[in-house]
Amino acid sequence: MKDNAVISPTTLVTTPLVKMVNIHKSYGAVTALNGVDFVIGRNEIVGLIGDNGAGKSTLIKVLTGVEKQDEGKIYWKGKEEEKHTVENSRNIGIETVFQDRALAEKQNIWRNLFMGRELTYGRTGFIKIGQSQKEAIKLLKNMIGFTQSGLTANLGVRGLSGGEKQGIAISRALYFDAQLIILDEPTNNLSLSETNKVLDFVRGVKDHGKSCIFITHSIYHVYSVADRFVVLDRGNTVGEFLKKDVSLDGLVGKLEYVAKHGVLA
Amino acid sequence: MLEKIKQKINESKLQLSIFGVLVIVFVIFIIKNPQTFLSYRIYYAFMSTIPFSAILALSLTPVVILGEIDLSFPSVMGFSAWVFAFVFNQTNNIYLAFVICLAVGMFAGFINSVLIVRVGIPSLILTIGMMFMWRGLVYIASAGQGLSLVGTKGTILYKALVGRIGGQVPAQAIWAVVIAIVFALILNRHRFGAHILYTGDDAVSAKMMGVNVAKVKTIVFMQVGVCAAFVGVLASLEVLYLWASTGEGYLMKSLASVFIGGTSVFGGMGTIFGTFVGAIIMGSLEAGIVVGGISGFWTQFIFGLVIVISLTIYAYMNKRINLGRKLISSIKSLFGRAKK
Repeated sequence: MKDNAVISPTTLVTTPLVKMVNIHKSYGAVTALNGVDFVIGRNEIVGLIGDNGAGKSTLIKVLTGVEKQDEGKIYWKGKEEEKHTVENSRNIGIETVFQDRALAEKQNIWRNLFMGRELTYGRTGFIKIGQSQKEAIKLLKNMIGFTQSGLTANLGVRGLSGGEKQGIAISRALYFDAQLIILDEPTNNLSLSETNKVLDFVRGVKDHGKSCIFITHSIYHVYSVADRFVVLDRGNTVGEFLKKDVSLDGLVGKLEYVAKHGVLA
Repeated sequence: MLEKIKQKINESKLQLSIFGVLVIVFVIFIIKNPQTFLSYRIYYAFMSTIPFSAILALSLTPVVILGEIDLSFPSVMGFSAWVFAFVFNQTNNIYLAFVICLAVGMFAGFINSVLIVRVGIPSLILTIGMMFMWRGLVYIASAGQGLSLVGTKGTILYKALVGRIGGQVPAQAIWAVVIAIVFALILNRHRFGAHILYTGDDAVSAKMMGVNVAKVKTIVFMQVGVCAAFVGVLASLEVLYLWASTGEGYLMKSLASVFIGGTSVFGGMGTIFGTFVGAIIMGSLEAGIVVGGISGFWTQFIFGLVIVISLTIYAYMNKRINLGRKLISSIKSLFGRAKK
C-alpha cells in the first residue's frame, strides 16, 4: 500500500466536493469496506472501478445515506455530515442512479420521477399532479430524448425497455439539480446505442459544471468519460490514477494484476 | 380528445369493472324483486349496516397496498368497544369513553406495527396471534357479559355518529362516505399516499429514494386500530348494547371487499373507490339474495362466486400488463437480495 503507484487522494484533488475518510462497513462477518478513503473533486468525473464484491456499491450506499458506516467520516464541501440519511444526502445535492434503478415498477412515470421528493403545495403535502406530469414529459423529451409515440406521464414503468427505465432513473437524478450525480453500473443490460446515450449524458454532466461518480466493472465504458480512476478491491482502495497518466491498456493490465494479487504492483 | 378519453378509460378500467359488477348485481336484484329494490326502505337499511364493514375495509386498503395484512382488527374493534362501554358505564361521560376507546385502538395498531416493522414478525402470523389475544381480553374483562349503552341515547355524539339525519339518512353512512373521500385524497393526491404506493410496490427502491418505509408502515397499522375502534363504537351505539362478540363476522367480509375492489395482494396497487364499491356489493348481497326470493342457503355460495369472478377479471387484466414478467423478476430480485 506504500507503493509509489498509489498517490494520496488529497494530492489529486485540490478542492474536494466530497471527502470520505477511513470508511468501514461490515455485514455480519463479511467486511465490505475496510477503511476506504475516497475523494471527489468539483466538476470531476471519477470512475470507480473494481470487480464484483469489491465494495463499490456499499461505498455508494454509505455516501448516499442508504447504509450507515460503522466507522469513518463524510465531509461535504469541507463540512462534516454527521447525520447522513438518504434525505440529507439528496438535500445537499447528491442524486443517485442505482444499479437496479430504484424504480417502483407498478407506478407510472411521473410518480417514479418524483419518488421521495414529490412536488407538493407547500407543507400541506398534497401533490401537484398536473405540474408533476408536465415536468415529467418535458424532462423525458428534452433531457433523455424519449421519442416513443403515445408517451404520457401516466404510463406504467414496467412496460418500458431497459434503456427507457434507465432514462427515467437518470432524469430523476437530473431534475433536482444535483451537484454530484452517482451512476451505479449504468450501462448494465443496455444495448450499444443506449450505452452511448448514457456516456453522452455523463459528458453532459461535466459540461454543466457538476461532478459524477461512474461505477462499473466495465473499464471500456468508463475510460472514455472519466477524469480519474479509483480502483477498489475487497474493501480497500488499491490505486488511483489520472487519465492523463494511464492508457486504457495500462489500466486494464493494472486491474488484472489487482484481481490476482489484491494489491497493485 | 378521443385519445384522452380512451386513456382515462384505460387508466380506470379497474374501477370501471368493479362498478360494472355492482350495476349487474343491482339490476338482478331489481328484476327479481322490483317492489323492494325500487323503494327507499331497503337502501335505508343498507346505509345503516354497510358503513361498518365499509369503514373497516377502507382502513385495510392501505395495509394491503403495502403488501401486508391485518387480521386482528375485528378483535381490536371488540376490545375497544368494550373499553368504550365500560368507561361510559363507569363515568357516564360518553366523550371520555370515546377518546379512550380510540386511543386503545391506536395503541393496538401501534403494538402491531412495532412487532411487524421493528421486530420483523410477518404481519399475517402476528395479527392471527393478536386476533386471539384481543378477543380473549374482551372475554376476560367482560366475563362474557354485555353492557347496556341505552344511556348514550340523546347525547350529541350519539346523534353525530349513528343518528338519523333528517330522519332519513343514517349518520354512519355519511361517515363512511367522508372517510372514503379522505382516504382517496390521501392515497391519490397526498405525499403520504404516494409513499404507501412506493413502499408496497418496492420497499427497497422506496428506501433508497428516501421514503421512510418504517414510519409509513407504522402509521398505516395505527390507523387500522383507530378505524376499528371507531367502527366498534358505531356498531355498539347502533344497537345501544355492547356484545362481547362485537366485531366477529367482519373479518372475511371486510377483507373480501378490499380484494373484490381490485387492490392487489402483491401490493403497490389499489383503489379506495374499488374498496368502497366492493363493500357495498358484499353488504347488499345477503339481503338481496333473501329478498330476491332465493333460499338463504345460497348466500355463501353466491358470496364466493362474486369474489372468484371479480378476482378472475383482475387477474386477466393484470396479465395483459405483464404481471407474469413482474412476478418472475421480483422473485429473482428477492433471491438476489436474500443472498446479501
